[in-house]
Amino acid sequence: MTTRLESTGDFFVKDCALTSIATGRRAQNLRELRDDLLTVHPGSIYYHFWGGLLRPSFVEPEYNNDFAAWAFHGLHDQILAERLAVIVPTDFANMEDLRQELIDVIDERLDETEHVPWSKADQQFHFIRSQIVVMDTHHTIREPRELADAVPKMSISSIFYHFIDARRRTEKGIDDFRAWLAGFEEDYDGLALSLAEIDPYFSSLSELRDQLASIFRAHFSRRRRRR
Amino acid sequence: MSNLLGRYAKVAGEDVIDHLRQLSLPLKGMKMIHVNSTRVGGGVAEILAKLVPLMVELDIDCSWEAITGDNDFYQCTKSFHNALQGNTVAIPESLIEHYEKVNAENLEKLRPALREADMVIIHDPQPAPLLRLCPERRGKWIWRCHIDISQPFRPVWKYLRQFLESYDASIFSLAAFAQEMPHPLYLVPPSIDPLSEKNMELDSSEIGSTYSRFGLDPDRLIALQVSRFDRFKDPIGVVQAYRLAKSFTPSLQLVLAGGSATDDPEGEAVLNDVRKAAADDPDIHVLLLPPDAHRTINGLQRIADIVLQKSTREGFGLTVSEAMWKCKPVIGGNTGGIRLQVVNHHTGFLVNSPEGAALRLRYLINRREERLEMGRKAREFVRENFLITRHVREYLTIALAILQREEERIRPR
Repeated sequence: MTTRLESTGDFFVKDCALTSIATGRRAQNLRELRDDLLTVHPGSIYYHFWGGLLRPSFVEPEYNNDFAAWAFHGLHDQILAERLAVIVPTDFANMEDLRQELIDVIDERLDETEHVPWSKADQQFHFIRSQIVVMDTHHTIREPRELADAVPKMSISSIFYHFIDARRRTEKGIDDFRAWLAGFEEDYDGLALSLAEIDPYFSSLSELRDQLASIFRAHFSRRRRRR
Repeated sequence: MSNLLGRYAKVAGEDVIDHLRQLSLPLKGMKMIHVNSTRVGGGVAEILAKLVPLMVELDIDCSWEAITGDNDFYQCTKSFHNALQGNTVAIPESLIEHYEKVNAENLEKLRPALREADMVIIHDPQPAPLLRLCPERRGKWIWRCHIDISQPFRPVWKYLRQFLESYDASIFSLAAFAQEMPHPLYLVPPSIDPLSEKNMELDSSEIGSTYSRFGLDPDRLIALQVSRFDRFKDPIGVVQAYRLAKSFTPSLQLVLAGGSATDDPEGEAVLNDVRKAAADDPDIHVLLLPPDAHRTINGLQRIADIVLQKSTREGFGLTVSEAMWKCKPVIGGNTGGIRLQVVNHHTGFLVNSPEGAALRLRYLINRREERLEMGRKAREFVRENFLITRHVREYLTIALAILQREEERIRPR
């Protein structure tokens, strides 16, 4: 039996569904993209970095965010595409910092190019944002060791909610698993470190689920063996 | 689990159905009405025929009404359709007046139900004026646009927009199709029903009988396009592509199979043009099928080796997902929703001309293993992204979002 801090309750497994909403804003060239980025809804920046996880996709995308993909496929600017592709959203404290980084990279590119790159008429960049509907699954995890069995059974949208979306809503900007484990008196620092090392930006949701399950399984089976 | 939901769970997965149940719980008993302009023919009617019973199974009081009109009404709405897809179309004032009159007549029949509904979803421009004609409505009204209106003929869009601005939300199939309006513009791609007659598994004798029924040779390759006889589907371009490929593979057969929807008066003219283009070649089979020939289309898609959907404009092109569900690689026009379904070089090829289609035809004709591998990938891609269960989920999500009027994070109560 683990000992939990008074404020720590059970882990309520949630699920979520995303809706995509067109903002009506579209960019035909790089300067329009930059100008729209100044004022577009922060949810749109979030969507274009993370929304790909919940969209139809088939192969490993060449670029992990929509801005970089458009720079390559729409503007045919490979240098800009590479610079935008290395922006990792988890490096930024909030969407405003991420927005500023995007604008800085684009401004730098505009400064060094003689002509503003344009896309073809039917290859505009469409700014999209999302709404998230959060649901109770009525499944509760009482003890950390239950995570080893529970995580593989979670839907991929539950994984999105607890591992990706959580970074926007938890106090420390971390996933729900780490936030919950921090509420126990037992030492879960090693486990939390393993979870922190998962890079959510380069995996599909089902791959993330497998990685999480594997870490929980390994951790709790080691503990059983030690007892 | 109900029988219907259980059958979908077998195809889409239990977790997908559990998800739908969770989403629908807060909406239990909600009265939702879909309104379109035809019960048969075309993708919208096909989707509604399955989506509505699924919503009912999820305890939503969901129903479907089709407005009725005469030839002049459909002539007018077909002109709208062409104009919204970018054609310059002059519509006589008398037809416009008739369009509004027919809508007013339909409203009188539907008024009690529409007035009381919690949510009304109006499909495409045909019934768009109903909202304005029903000021005593108490629910939320959504306009669902199934067509590509990315570059509409502006005078017609300006006219229709006056009816649409008062809706509580719109739904488009792709961001590129959305036009700015003073309400949320949701994005929902359409879907196919894996249990429908058009997509269900068929036994081998039924599939085999399709060859003899249409005089097709089972020992020779078949290329197929299934679509309405509509200029935007470019059936003439398909014939051109076939002729270019046939010079390298003389045994190739082409099937152009199309139905006609009751709201499409132009179909006959296009069909005649296609028949003229195909006249001298016995290996081109032009089939005019009745609107309910779903099983026949299913059989044709299953006997085809390569499927084309060479549209030059496309709302979405559900026939692409239908063919992919049957493990067929698809050569699709590089336009609209086809781009979302055909992952270039993985589930098929995107092309921009009859020449491009011919090149890919030749490529696939000569690479049997690649055809089969693309087909396998195509089916999985559809399973994950384009089945009707995903479509129902998105409608439920939007219903929750609109009813709760919250900006970004919605917790059903």
